[in-house]
Amino acid sequence: MENINSIIPEIALFFGICLTLMVGVFFKNSFSLVMKLTILVLLGVIYLILIDWGGEQKIFLDSFKNDKFSDYFKILILVSSIFIFISSNEFIKDKKLSKFEYPIIIMFSILGMFFMLSANDLILFYLGLELQSLALYVLASFDRDNIISSEAGIKYFVLSALSSGLLLYGCSLLYGFTGSTNFNEIGTNLITQNTGAIFAMVFILVGLAFKVSAVPFHMWTPDVYQGAPTSITNFFAVVPKAVGLAVFIRFMDLPFKNIIEEWQMIIIFISIASMILGSVAAIGQKNIKRLLAYSSISHMGYALAGVATGTISGYTSTIIYITIYIIMNMGTFACLYLMKTDGKYTEKIEDLSGLSKERPMFAFSFLILFFSLAGIPPLGGFFAKFFVFMSVIESEMYALAVIGLLTTVISAFYYLKVIKIIYFDDNKIKFDDVRNLSIKATILLSCLFLSLYFISPSIIGSLLNGLFI
Amino acid sequence: MNFPILSTIIFLPLLGSLFIFLSTQKNENRSAIYISLFTSLANLFLTFFLWYSFDKNFVGFQFIEENNWISGLIKFKLGIDGISILFIVLTAFITPICIISCIISAKKRLSEFLIAILILETFMIGVFCSLDLIIFYLFFEAGLIPMFLIIGIWGGPRKIYSAYKFFLFTLLGSVLMLAAIIFIYWTIGTTDYTEIYKLKIPQEYQYLLWLAFFSSFAVKTPMWPVHTWLPDAHVEAPTAGSVILAAILLKMAGYGFLRFSLGMFPIASEFFTPLIFTLSIVAIIYTSLVALMQDDMKKLIAYSSVAHMGFVTLGIFTFNKQGIEGSMFQMISHGIISAALFLCVGVLYDRTGSRMIKSFGGVVNYLPNFSLIFIIFVLGALGLPGTTGFIGEFLVLLGAFKINYLVAILASTGVVLCAAYMLWMAKRVVFGNTNNIIIAKLKDINFLEGTILIVLCLVSIIFGFYPEPLLNTMNISVNQIIQNHQNELTAILIDK
Repeated sequence: MENINSIIPEIALFFGICLTLMVGVFFKNSFSLVMKLTILVLLGVIYLILIDWGGEQKIFLDSFKNDKFSDYFKILILVSSIFIFISSNEFIKDKKLSKFEYPIIIMFSILGMFFMLSANDLILFYLGLELQSLALYVLASFDRDNIISSEAGIKYFVLSALSSGLLLYGCSLLYGFTGSTNFNEIGTNLITQNTGAIFAMVFILVGLAFKVSAVPFHMWTPDVYQGAPTSITNFFAVVPKAVGLAVFIRFMDLPFKNIIEEWQMIIIFISIASMILGSVAAIGQKNIKRLLAYSSISHMGYALAGVATGTISGYTSTIIYITIYIIMNMGTFACLYLMKTDGKYTEKIEDLSGLSKERPMFAFSFLILFFSLAGIPPLGGFFAKFFVFMSVIESEMYALAVIGLLTTVISAFYYLKVIKIIYFDDNKIKFDDVRNLSIKATILLSCLFLSLYFISPSIIGSLLNGLFI
Repeated sequence: MNFPILSTIIFLPLLGSLFIFLSTQKNENRSAIYISLFTSLANLFLTFFLWYSFDKNFVGFQFIEENNWISGLIKFKLGIDGISILFIVLTAFITPICIISCIISAKKRLSEFLIAILILETFMIGVFCSLDLIIFYLFFEAGLIPMFLIIGIWGGPRKIYSAYKFFLFTLLGSVLMLAAIIFIYWTIGTTDYTEIYKLKIPQEYQYLLWLAFFSSFAVKTPMWPVHTWLPDAHVEAPTAGSVILAAILLKMAGYGFLRFSLGMFPIASEFFTPLIFTLSIVAIIYTSLVALMQDDMKKLIAYSSVAHMGFVTLGIFTFNKQGIEGSMFQMISHGIISAALFLCVGVLYDRTGSRMIKSFGGVVNYLPNFSLIFIIFVLGALGLPGTTGFIGEFLVLLGAFKINYLVAILASTGVVLCAAYMLWMAKRVVFGNTNNIIIAKLKDINFLEGTILIVLCLVSIIFGFYPEPLLNTMNISVNQIIQNHQNELTAILIDK
């Protein structure tokens, strides 16, 4: 009998989903109840992970691996999902999207992500990925009466299915050329120059780059961000990105460990292209969700710069980056839930003009969040970039570092544009006074974290000690 | 001494701004005014105490504070020597003056303005106190945020363009410095300035690193040809913003050259001296000529700032005692005099809404007290003996003559040109006929304006006649820099 202790969180999550599904089906108008139950289930799963924190175990013929790395990311996505649920609750109700399936589908995608994070085997990994993706397709077109949302869903489905196909093809090639689906065995078998396996590696990289929306596989991002309802965009911007990067690190650290010369150039290219395109294309945007889409593309570029080093300090810096990125995005999207005039939500950047005169605290949160996204010290976003560039320069990749630093100047331009509209322009429209404690608490927590992070910048790093062995 | 006086001085204004943030309601400025005045004056008092207890004969850094910051990588290390103490005093001295000038002239959103100024004070003092490159960078860059807002929110008609230009120019310059700092960390193994000083950076890296630091400091100084953001920023910024910009933000770059470029890259500094000299001479002559043709008083003073900072960079790279002490003196004197000149322009602007030279004339007939003070500062700016301006320029030129006659002679023409544009402006504004009816109705300066201007005037004249306290304070540290520089160069010669 194998020890199934380490898969208990997944089992618990699965039964939690079934339970909430039953509640949703058997009780009429049960959205609020399902939402509460969902948060309870997620909290319970966090508890289950925390009591087994840091234990490393492989089960099911080494195909399922539970270690500190996967635990960290699981906690990260659970906590951010809970914040998304509580801060978007009002938005969902206003948009009349309050169907009980909404939290359940998100939980299914989280379950898929759990398997992606813990997978130590290509097949299990792919199954997790598919479970996650199917749930995300539904989510993208969740506002099904809205034509833009449906379009976003179709677009995401077609492109994502294609990339999943490429990824699966890569997996099968990898199995063919290395004779195993187990990550560790692939890693040991890949020592020699194996052209077929390198082909496989490229296919897998393409699939993964699509998931984190890195250039040149970013095309879906702006449309899906804009089309999907804001709460779902919030989820898209945060959770699948974190998981995508985690999987990136897993693949580079285990199966492709010995062919670093082969993939390093590809990731450097992807990273530089994302940084440049993300910052240049965002300049002309008028819709704040589109702007955030391009901003997330460039952020993925910085995060991938850490992966490109292929060193443990680089991977760690990427994890720090993605953590701070998540916190910044939680705050920013929570601010979007407050952009409401006459009961309608607005996404135009120019509607923010003169916000600082009407609502100084709201404007000040935007100020902290956007300067932090731009990476200006002493805010949290600076340290995210700082750690990445520390590891990049440690690996003597000076061109990547200099290009990355120069693109921060370009990207500062469009973040400044939003600040300018908020602080320097004259008032145009008046926002409703949304009195929602959970949105404000999310913004407050995020801003406090970002502005006080400089007191002890190594706090995330110390959590990550011993993540890689 | 165990009391962390440097941290207190750095973070006291931040605390004050937090209090203002929490205590003010809409349209209620009284508490904001009192809190900001109280914190800035308390900070001034603390820095005077710091200066008083500062040991002038001590070699190296004093009041060192060290705390773990990024575990295993970087320590939060603060400390001061004879050079930084003067800048800290200058910052703490200028800030209350700015706050008073805000209270006099700012009309909208006063409490937010005061918050921005106090936060800026924290960052500026932090720059001068930090002994670790990363912390230096942190404070150096962080100052951009409040200054961007000061220009953008309270600025003039072209404020947005200027705010962007200011922010992006400086950011572009300093990201390269960040890359260089991280590179130093990985080659030397530390970013602690005192350690780098001992360990020495290998010669082959020095040139590129020097250029990376130069890109940041040159933009901030500003040196020709990257000076174009300064006139825009000055013209559009509100009076208090211009004062801080001229008096302190520009000095960060001079301080950076002196401390980091000279201290860490002596060989590269020697190698690039001709470049600095050329750029400084161009800055002195070219911007003086440009200043002659300005219609806007603020723009004229802004260009004169570029010329004065040209003297500073020139003096620093002479590598002799007179030159470096002269630049130090020039920076402090420019901090006081240009601040005062901007305040004077602010006085006129508050009353008439114009800064154009041609809309004034015969001001002396109606504002006699103001005109007297204004003329004193104009004379100070052109380096009349008896003001601080003279000592700075004189020492720099003395240092330059020791090194290179041509450079010194060319720089001396700057003194003449400076006299030309300053006096011409004074003539057109203060003297002559009153051709604008509004001038006749103006009131002379009031008590608060008079107080801050007279304080600045007294400081300028006292140190003009008796520069000893300043020179004594910096003496040991300047000697140390020169000594270190020469040791390095002789070491290289012996190697060859």
